[in-house]
Amino acid sequence: MNDALLIDRLQFGFTIAYHYIFPQLTMGLSLVIVVLKGMYLWKRDERYNNATRFLARIFAINFFVGVITGIPMEFQFGTNWARFSKFAGGVIGQTLAMEGVFSFFLESSFLGLFLFGEEKLGKRGHFVSALLVFIGSWLSGYLIVATNAWMQHPVGYQIASDGSAQLTSFWDLLLNPWVGWQYVHTMSGSVVTAGFVVASIGAYYVLAQRDTDYGKLFVHVGVVTGIIASIIVLFPTGDQQGKNVALHQPVTLAAMEGLFKTKEGAELTLIGQPDIEGQKMDNPLHIPNMLSFLTYNRWKAEVKGLDAFPRDQWPDNIPLLYYSYHIMVGLGTIFIAITVVAGYLLWRRRLFSSRWMLWILMLSFPFPYIANTAGWMTAELGRQPWLAYGIMRTVQGTSPTVSAGNGLFTLLGFLGMYFVIGVLFLFLMIKKINHGPEKLLYET
Amino acid sequence: METLWFIIVAFMITMYVVLDGFDLGVGVLYLLLGTSDSDRQTMLKTIAPFWDGNEVWLLAAGGTLYFAFPMLYASSFSGFYLPLMIVLWLLMLRGAGIELRHQLHHPMWKSFWDVVFSLSSVLLVVFFGAALGNVIRGVPLHQDGYFFEPLWTTFTVVPEAGILDWFTVLIGLVALFTLTAHGAHYISMKTTGDIQIRARSYAAMSWWGVLLTSILALVATSSIRPEIWNNYAEHPWGYIFPLGGILGLAGMYIFPSRGKDTSSFLSSTLFIVSMLSATAFGLYPHLLPSSTDPQYSLTVYNAAAQHYGLSVGLLWWIVGMLLAGGYFTYLYRSFRGKVSSGAEGEMY
Ligand code: HDD
Ligand code: HEM
Ligand code: HEM
Repeated sequence: MNDALLIDRLQFGFTIAYHYIFPQLTMGLSLVIVVLKGMYLWKRDERYNNATRFLARIFAINFFVGVITGIPMEFQFGTNWARFSKFAGGVIGQTLAMEGVFSFFLESSFLGLFLFGEEKLGKRGHFVSALLVFIGSWLSGYLIVATNAWMQHPVGYQIASDGSAQLTSFWDLLLNPWVGWQYVHTMSGSVVTAGFVVASIGAYYVLAQRDTDYGKLFVHVGVVTGIIASIIVLFPTGDQQGKNVALHQPVTLAAMEGLFKTKEGAELTLIGQPDIEGQKMDNPLHIPNMLSFLTYNRWKAEVKGLDAFPRDQWPDNIPLLYYSYHIMVGLGTIFIAITVVAGYLLWRRRLFSSRWMLWILMLSFPFPYIANTAGWMTAELGRQPWLAYGIMRTVQGTSPTVSAGNGLFTLLGFLGMYFVIGVLFLFLMIKKINHGPEKLLYET
Repeated sequence: METLWFIIVAFMITMYVVLDGFDLGVGVLYLLLGTSDSDRQTMLKTIAPFWDGNEVWLLAAGGTLYFAFPMLYASSFSGFYLPLMIVLWLLMLRGAGIELRHQLHHPMWKSFWDVVFSLSSVLLVVFFGAALGNVIRGVPLHQDGYFFEPLWTTFTVVPEAGILDWFTVLIGLVALFTLTAHGAHYISMKTTGDIQIRARSYAAMSWWGVLLTSILALVATSSIRPEIWNNYAEHPWGYIFPLGGILGLAGMYIFPSRGKDTSSFLSSTLFIVSMLSATAFGLYPHLLPSSTDPQYSLTVYNAAAQHYGLSVGLLWWIVGMLLAGGYFTYLYRSFRGKVSSGAEGEMY
């Protein structure tokens, strides 16, 4: 791999993974806010309203860092991936432009109203503005996931005489068979994050014996959202995503699962280290026949291993791909366990006296972030060596005139800038959480 | 169809300059005009609910450019690599300045973000102007449609010039004065009392800057790219754009002294719209002229996507714009009128 390519990939991977920290929470949190605001309209209990006021403050910080880190994303396709942009702009430019026109306008206008207009808008108006922010951010998620889905599974295009891809069917692009499950899976992943974050803040209040009314409410809401979303992430969406990969990118599936040899009745590897040189798994822990069953619903179905594909089609970082995938799935399983146990305790009214469970809830908020990032790494590393699967390789997509030196300069710039932003972000989050919801009641 | 998309992209960029222009202008004036903490808070309050929505015009214009003219997007964004990254960083810093200042009530924290906000606004305006200057002057395009421009070379206008030379910096100054006036009009429209009066006097001062730099820029442009007048010679109706510019400029002189703030704001809007349209009219059909060999220039024909994509794009674009127009009208109506001064009505 040449230097410029490596730097372009690192820069894109780093900036997008960083960006995704923020929308991941806001997309899920906007749903929680809408639900709480709706409860307020229904039950007329001021506690719900004040809880949304508090969550809106958390939302606002995340939203603005999301905006700040989103701006570079919009431009990096052109700066670092010029040949790819020239090639695919006529197709994926559609969904990217639609994101700007349909969702960013909606979100940014109504977020302004939601944050500054509680008095002016009245109860219902304020609820509607929250709802529109929610719709805007979920629409944004759809359009960007559709963009990514086209890179994973290009459809609705034709190669023109100048070698570029040109759109031939708008609806094929928007209703790409890849996008449906990917979208629901991604969104539920983001609701998992929101559920865990809300529960974690709540658990902290309960344990610290401050703002306890709100703490209990947050734990309650967080755990319930967490259970539902964690289950949807696994089934049906994660399962179906795996089937899509098996169907359209069989070599990726083999690499994700660490399956080197084609087999009937392939085993599912739970733990193990891929050994590329030796073409085998080290220290594996297997469930026999399970992989065949999960992919094809038959115990003895044949699953293609890496050996069935020429080497130049293999993803170029198989170990990282394999680990990312296993981290995601492993954490997903743990999330279901945590939320179900917490849900059971909640139902038996024992949760708030089970300090150990509250500690677990308080401390587990980083893991959904890790799972989501690992999930994207799975998708993006699995797509390699293609930039648009099957039609353009990643090496062919870079900017011809941007040298490695220029790229390194800006990569370092982003690292520095994002470090500072990260520190400020954490500082402000801690400050808001410390301020707590109770005081807000007297401030407005 | 390609021409229509040229107009659409030009329209979106113009919307961006008019809308984000006033909050950038507020940023430029921020330290000069906001001598006390409460003045600064007042100024920020005039733009707080709007600035993100305004900036979305830039993002939406970028996205539209991407799918309508993929070749232009690829070539210009990679060719302007460093300056574009600097613009991105400035945009990020500026957003941080606006949003972080009020998070902590400590004078040092506040003054730090004040300077960040104002400085990044000034630099952004100059860079945006310089970017326009580059488009007018042309860039060293190769046969394959790509180029790479260093930040600066010798500061003179030569075929292999850098981003910054005397011409592009001059256009940067035009932008600076124009948006300062625009921002000053906006502030005087949204505030009362002392700050309003001072905003008017800054508007009057920057008017002279606008006048002087515009005349210089006009002369310079005619000598560097005389082709810009060809379209006017062929289609004389195009002169309504420069004419609109003159009217706008006149309005910017007359109205502030009479205290007609809304009319002054509309005048600077007219000025901006006219000048950008005049430039676009002169450039057409060029999107990015080549300074090496005119043959290599990117035009609306050789950079556009194919017909099908452009025509479906048109359908959703119209729907999207109607919706966006609705949101903006509603948003600006909800926060119409003067803002309360100082810390009254805390921000988030
Ligand atoms: C909280 C986050 C989270 C959790 C717990 C899981 N996932 Fe996931 N997964 C994502 C968040 C995510 C994601 C970030 O949303 C990805 C990245 C790209 C995408 O489509 O969704 C993803 C991608 C992704 C892919 C890759 C698709 C591709 O290669 O393009 C597969 C096969 C799965 N997931 C399957 C699963 C399964 C079987 C899980 C079992 C529990 C699971 N995921 C848990
Ligand atoms: C949905 C919108 C997305 C699009 C259009 C997109 C597109 C791209 C592109 C163009 C690259 C560079 C080329 C390459 O190395 O393959 C890339 C790489 C990468 N992306 Fe994405 N991406 C998206 C979302 C994400 C998200 C949300 C994450 C992480 C949270 C992510 C993680 C990565 C990583 C880690 C790489 C580097 C992979 C490597 O170097 O092999 N992507 N993506
Ligand atoms: C390469 C891909 C991406 C690009 C070009 C991009 C671009 C942007 C931009 C420009 C903004 C700021 C909008 C504003 O000013 O209001 C933004 C924010 C946002 N992005 Fe991304 N983004 C990308 C990846 C993603 C992904 C993968 C998701 C989710 C699946 C996502 C979801 C959002 C959301 C919900 C927001 C709203 C702000 C927030 O909630 O933090 N984006 N993005």
